[in-house]
Amino acid sequence: MSLWHFYSRNSQEVLGLVGQHLYLVAISTGTAIVIGVPLGVLLTRRPAWRGPVLGVANVFQTVPSLALFGFLIPLPLIGGIGATTAIVALVLYALLPIIRNTYTGITGVDSAVREAGRGMGMTDWQLLTQVELPLGLGVILAGVRVATVVSVGTATIAAAIGAGGLGVYIFRGVAVVDDTLILAGALPAALMALAADGLLGVAERRFAWRAE
Amino acid sequence: MTQPLEVEDLGYRLPGTGRQGTGNGTVLVQDVSFTVGAGETVVLLGRSGSGKTTTLKLINRLLEPTSGEVRVAGARAADLPVTRLRRRIGYVIQEVGLFPHLTVERNVGLVPQLDGWPPERIAARVRDLLRLVGLDPDRFARRYPHELSGGQRQRVGVARALAADPPLLLLDEPFGALDPITRVELQHEFAALEGRLGKGMVFVTHDVREGLLLGTRIGLMLQGRLVFLGTPQEFRESEHPECKKFMEAA
Repeated sequence: MSLWHFYSRNSQEVLGLVGQHLYLVAISTGTAIVIGVPLGVLLTRRPAWRGPVLGVANVFQTVPSLALFGFLIPLPLIGGIGATTAIVALVLYALLPIIRNTYTGITGVDSAVREAGRGMGMTDWQLLTQVELPLGLGVILAGVRVATVVSVGTATIAAAIGAGGLGVYIFRGVAVVDDTLILAGALPAALMALAADGLLGVAERRFAWRAE
Repeated sequence: MTQPLEVEDLGYRLPGTGRQGTGNGTVLVQDVSFTVGAGETVVLLGRSGSGKTTTLKLINRLLEPTSGEVRVAGARAADLPVTRLRRRIGYVIQEVGLFPHLTVERNVGLVPQLDGWPPERIAARVRDLLRLVGLDPDRFARRYPHELSGGQRQRVGVARALAADPPLLLLDEPFGALDPITRVELQHEFAALEGRLGKGMVFVTHDVREGLLLGTRIGLMLQGRLVFLGTPQEFRESEHPECKKFMEAA
């Protein structure tokens, strides 16, 4: 059975799985931004915390995704079978690039610009929101881009714990040794990753401010 | 009448015990006293590491003095909230430090904006200031810093420092990074501007020619102390060995 044939016969199901996949990626990346950006900012204000926080985020990255899903299942509240567990795991994966790039983006702001801002009487909050975050935005978005692309890929494995998404076809295809079925899940996931990479890449370049 | 700036026995010592070789506890500035009147420019001259820039940062509290007192327009600097103090002091640095993501207009209007001026008033003020520093507002207001030459950037830097009409201006080698021709051009324009503005200024440089051209008085710093303070004429005739070395180098 050809791929096109498969898609035309199962269009409803395909769209449903694409929707689930997008949902997993969007919710998890969004949550990781909400947690990761403030954490990254905090590290620029408390440099002593940098080692421990980045260390912990790093550890999450090194745990194989299937193992992380497995570890989370028995936990109360965040665990169990389904999308919640998958989202928690995806957030943990997405945190490191976002925290690290927020920190790098802000510390990378020209020290003369920062000194001028402080010397002109900006409060720390004004300096952060009017100078450091806008100037670091390109680097922060690069972190979001990496996190999103990784999430699209990792979310396919979330099907193993019943979270749905395009991984459903991949796992099913592996189980019945059907290449068309594997491709039916892998192809849209790959296109989604490329689209996210392209779109966020455009945003990133838009906010890469030229130095003086 | 209150002076734009009064500095009394100012001192700064790095935190630490002062063991030798650690750099801790080192005294960077000691017993510095001087006053700057309206329309007067005190040039702080000295070698690298003599404490000129540190003195400047002690005035706007980018560094907190460990001894002595600073008064800006009569108010004790230590008693003011630090952001309010800094908004009363224009600050110009060698690297300019323009905000690369803001237009010239918004760079210059920043302190008035922080102080909550109405937009029309900021716009009018920005145009006046750009004209004052020799930039045509119609051509330059909407440009970004990367679209300007080094000399134009520093003109914007000076306009920005003047924006909220502060009684005092601190300038840290503002023309130090410019090519020699632009530097001389800006020095002469600045000399003409000084008198018209009627502000107190502290101008840090290691260039003795620049100091003699722009200063109404020269303060010579050596190892964290102010070892000479007098008019350019007195500086030229001084018998102090450090003054003589600087005059020989000119």
